[in-house]
Amino acid sequence: MTPTEAGITIVGLALLTVVTRAFFLLPERDLPLPAWLQQGLRYAPLAALVAVVAPEVVLTQGQLIGTWHDARLPAVAVASAYYFWRRGILGTIVSGTTVLLLLRLGFGW
Amino acid sequence: MPRMSLPESAPPKLWRHPEFARGAREMRGVALGIAAWGLVTGVAMAKSGLPLPLAVLMSLIVFAGSAQLAALPLIAGGAPIWVVWATALCVNLRFIIFSAGWRPYFAHLRFWQRLRMGYFTADLNYVIFMRRFPEPRPAPQQVPYFWGGVLTNWSAWQVPSLAGILLADRIPTSWGLGFAGTLALLGLMYSLVADRATLAAAAVAACAAVAAFALPLKLNIVVAIAAAVAIGLLIDHTTPRRVAPEDDLT
Repeated sequence: MTPTEAGITIVGLALLTVVTRAFFLLPERDLPLPAWLQQGLRYAPLAALVAVVAPEVVLTQGQLIGTWHDARLPAVAVASAYYFWRRGILGTIVSGTTVLLLLRLGFGW
Repeated sequence: MPRMSLPESAPPKLWRHPEFARGAREMRGVALGIAAWGLVTGVAMAKSGLPLPLAVLMSLIVFAGSAQLAALPLIAGGAPIWVVWATALCVNLRFIIFSAGWRPYFAHLRFWQRLRMGYFTADLNYVIFMRRFPEPRPAPQQVPYFWGGVLTNWSAWQVPSLAGILLADRIPTSWGLGFAGTLALLGLMYSLVADRATLAAAAVAACAAVAAFALPLKLNIVVAIAAAVAIGLLIDHTTPRRVAPEDDLT
């Protein structure tokens, strides 16, 4: 792909992203979204988060982790423990990442 | 003492509104995770062979990590442009679902305002905004809160992303720093599980996302959302009716 073609592709990606993000927000007329669906959408944010987190933690290249010897598991355990103890997201990130790096860099996990 | 002529009826300017600061503050909690992702995405863009000016352009105007990461190998491999766009569309499908959620709050705003908001809304903005305003009804606090959140998110992502593009060779990818982003989401996830219905929805989403992982283009996320919404609705309908909670517009 030439740089110009890549540039065109990127501009297209930008437009596409704005349109998908604002898809139901842009029309002037209200869409007849049934009330039950609007209620159901309350579960969408949590589901989206879980859908990104779960595979990142328990899958490697699309396969379930085969061994306990994976740095992510203790990292998530420690991060979760921290969260339920202190409820701070910054500490959750730092504690889990510290464990991850310790195990990976220090112990070669 | 001279009478202060405070216009009681006029709302404060956007960035001075207390909800703007609140929106920024509530996004700051996850900012470190956002930064980790921005960094990882920036490094990936540089390492994919994309020329630096194009990588910077992509970061600034697309501003969608998952779509960018999906498009990069296709662009590098010389795929037809329409394939790249179709791929990004599929990866972005969850945004269409979210936009249905955004509509009740902002449908009354002018078209160009809504379009601008469209550029800025990222997943975490949706999650955190919905936590703050669970009832789908417009209120004056929402626009300043929205902008506080999205501007914080945008900067927290763009700065590391651009840094990642420029410093790609110096950043060790083997450390798995992107996992910091996952941990941020983990904390946020825990904060959203409030009752049996949400716990069940989360469990179902986890199973669905893992089971459907083989689906291309992050479609497993859409499957997981659909499954979780279904389970949530089912539990809602089979639970005896409770009195609706008071709107929390404090």
